[in-house]
Amino acid sequence: MYMKYKSLLVIWGSFFLGPQSLAQVDEVNIYSERKEELIRPLLDKFTTETGIKVNLVTGEGDALIKRLEIEGKDSPADLLLATDVARLYRAKSLELLQPVQSDILVNAIPANFRDGEGYWYGLSLRSRVIVYAKARVRPEQLSTYEAMTKPEWKGKVCVRSSSNPYNQSLVASMIARMGVEATEAWASGLVQNFARTPKGGDRDQIKAVAVGECDIALVNTYYLGGMSHSEVVDEKQAAEKVALFWPNQSDRGAHFNISGAGLTRAAKHQDAAVKLLEFLAGDEAQAWYAEMNFEFPVKSGIAVGETLQQWGNYIADDINLDQLGQYNAEAVRLMDRAGWK
Amino acid sequence: MSAAVEMLFSATPARTNMARHLYASVLIIVSLVLALPLFAVISSFLIPAPDIWQHLLDTVLKEYILNSLILMLGVASLTLVLGIIPAWLVTMCNFPLSRTLEWALLLPLAIPAYIIAYTYTGILDASGPVQLFIRELTGWQYGEYWFPEVRSIGGAITMLSFVLYPYIYLISRAAFIEQSICALEVARTLGCGPYKTFFRVALPLARPAIIVGLSLVLMETLADYGTVQYFGIATFTTGIFRTWFGLGSSAAAAQLSALLMLFIVVLIYLEYWSRKQQRYHHTSSRYSTLTQKKLRGKYAYFALVLCCLPVLLGFLIPVFFLIKWALLTYPRVINQHFLNMMWNSIMLATCAAVIATVLALFMAYGKRRMSSPLIRIAVNLSGMGYAIPGTVIAVGVMLPFAWLDKLIDGFFRAHFDYSTGLLLSGTLVAVMFAYMARFLAVSLKTVDAGLAKIKPSMDEAGRSIGLNASALIRKVHMPMMRGSLLTAVLLVFVDVLKELPATLILRPFNFNTLAIRAYELANEERLADAACPSLAIVLVAIIPVIYLSRSISMSRPGHDYRP
Repeated sequence: MYMKYKSLLVIWGSFFLGPQSLAQVDEVNIYSERKEELIRPLLDKFTTETGIKVNLVTGEGDALIKRLEIEGKDSPADLLLATDVARLYRAKSLELLQPVQSDILVNAIPANFRDGEGYWYGLSLRSRVIVYAKARVRPEQLSTYEAMTKPEWKGKVCVRSSSNPYNQSLVASMIARMGVEATEAWASGLVQNFARTPKGGDRDQIKAVAVGECDIALVNTYYLGGMSHSEVVDEKQAAEKVALFWPNQSDRGAHFNISGAGLTRAAKHQDAAVKLLEFLAGDEAQAWYAEMNFEFPVKSGIAVGETLQQWGNYIADDINLDQLGQYNAEAVRLMDRAGWK
Repeated sequence: MSAAVEMLFSATPARTNMARHLYASVLIIVSLVLALPLFAVISSFLIPAPDIWQHLLDTVLKEYILNSLILMLGVASLTLVLGIIPAWLVTMCNFPLSRTLEWALLLPLAIPAYIIAYTYTGILDASGPVQLFIRELTGWQYGEYWFPEVRSIGGAITMLSFVLYPYIYLISRAAFIEQSICALEVARTLGCGPYKTFFRVALPLARPAIIVGLSLVLMETLADYGTVQYFGIATFTTGIFRTWFGLGSSAAAAQLSALLMLFIVVLIYLEYWSRKQQRYHHTSSRYSTLTQKKLRGKYAYFALVLCCLPVLLGFLIPVFFLIKWALLTYPRVINQHFLNMMWNSIMLATCAAVIATVLALFMAYGKRRMSSPLIRIAVNLSGMGYAIPGTVIAVGVMLPFAWLDKLIDGFFRAHFDYSTGLLLSGTLVAVMFAYMARFLAVSLKTVDAGLAKIKPSMDEAGRSIGLNASALIRKVHMPMMRGSLLTAVLLVFVDVLKELPATLILRPFNFNTLAIRAYELANEERLADAACPSLAIVLVAIIPVIYLSRSISMSRPGHDYRP
């Protein structure tokens, strides 16, 4: 009698859940802040190699964290993939993740790009750098993030809204290095130098530099890479008019953030999930990030394409990334006070 | 069931019968269940977040409120102009292309607001083709000439108005078509010129309908996130997400959303008040063939330009550029996966449209027969989700579903020793529920407006000639409601097709829609790649939009319609 109910129930359930929930194959379920275009091909490779099926939901990072939180121990998600360390930090502090011990991950990923206890691991690097108009700015004029507040840049700086997590992480890193007061003074100074109220995305800042609306801008590296390989002619032309400058090379280094992942506390497919993490930190996947989206590999010794090579060598800020998460809310408040829209 | 139907159409209001109580209780329960996401949002006040509030008050809250008000005021004015004037011209006048414009004016409805925002930015910003052309033509450098900035509050108002004016157009045109031509003719014989007839007779008669349309427009404006966020305008909605994502307080974010509802309560009250103020009734419902005035010369050109402008700016130009971009990318983008997404979008939108309309019928008829304040409040509550940003609604949907799933799981563990886990969370059932919580307002308002045309005296007349309930439905209600029902189905269909945030966060694994794909690519600032899915949304939405417009044209009694 009970058995009959059970099978009926399973049939009914499968109507909603789709066939994958019935199949006995090994699988991994992912909540991903990385857009489908920028992760699916890699996951397909993993499936081909291992036979493990990967199921994906993409969405806003904090919304996915909320879903994980509400679903609790019953959540179907095994991995949380985020595009910025502050989300991973938040997921960890909400006790939604669990530590993973893996020699492969530890050996592949430098210590400052993973959580000390193994709650999350960085999988690709994204730097926030200065781009400048080749025609109007000489690289010698540039030095540090701090120097962007100098009076010579009045009305010449473009940057997107402070609602953007990459700006929040940059400011958080400065809070960690220089303290709140000095950072707030810096943010106010930067706002004074804005060419326009912040709007658009990073590609828009690059276009604005190219066209002369401003001379320098703060952007993530991979947007520049994407534009110089764009099918849209005016994007490509804009990218050719600007160049990348690595700031703070004589002191702490340029600001780096990660895209990364952590195993959820509710994970039902732990082995397969760890296997996927290790795959994503492996040589093939690392080269893919660089090739497809112009992100830097987190693992050293990976051969990168021409565009990344052209950008040259850099010194990265080796700050403990946890601090970017810790100071995220403080960074937002600070930017609110500084009038950074 | 049949008792309930009998009750709805019975000649004498039965105050105490069973069917009535049953119907009323089901109605209230359904409304309250649909309002659960709102209650979940309101319950956030149980978690205090005083220091965040202090921070918001000190810094940005004033700006959020001010910008939201400016945005609402701007969108209201522009959509009224863009909607009402063409509606009047194509209904009452005959000029070149006027038959085509009748349906073409609805086309912008098919474009999601964030897509038009991204597209126009691509066209008009400093490195876009228009400014490039100006510079090449004149030899000026950037900064040596003035050019309007798209990404500004004015730009946001314009973008939102382009895609939202069709609500006003649709509803006011239906209202103009329904107006007794006699009332208008009497006005003319009493010496009113065409302008006076419009402003003193036609417009006041259509006012209640227009206000319904306006409240839909304003609710959609309040809920918009994609456009204002991209344009860098700090509104209430962007503030909600900044508080949630940036400051890391989902409680304070939910409290802000609850405050947002205050705006809506005011809107709903205004609408209610406006209907109460309505002193105008059609004194004659006799219709004669609508004779459209044939415009000539400069008047014809003027009307043509006025009506073409919204179609050109709101549809043709953005679609032209989307096609241009799509041609660059389609071989890479269009594949089996793309077709699956298209199918998913159509399937979801169809189901949601049908369910929303059936629910709206159920509620509207109940409200019509039993006008207790309790029912009115419950029904109004269930329609408030339209103005809440989709992501917030989605969280409000997850909470009750998780609770229900835990309850079911507990029950099965206790009785069958079997864990059901999360049975409904993360399924299309949850997605569908979110659509109802968000879009019921659209179908409900449309069905309500249609039902208002059927006066109780018509029911009585039908009864007196011996029609039973089912005959009354078939012979009186169905013909009169057909237009409104179609409108409801198609509006929800198009809305769901464009819907993004709730689908994004609530969907099951590996389930994609066109809107999700378009947004993800546009958000990565890959406009060229986003063009194909955006165009597919437009294509799918166009078919019902055209059908809708034709059926409205034909709905006018005595209106001789030749396509």
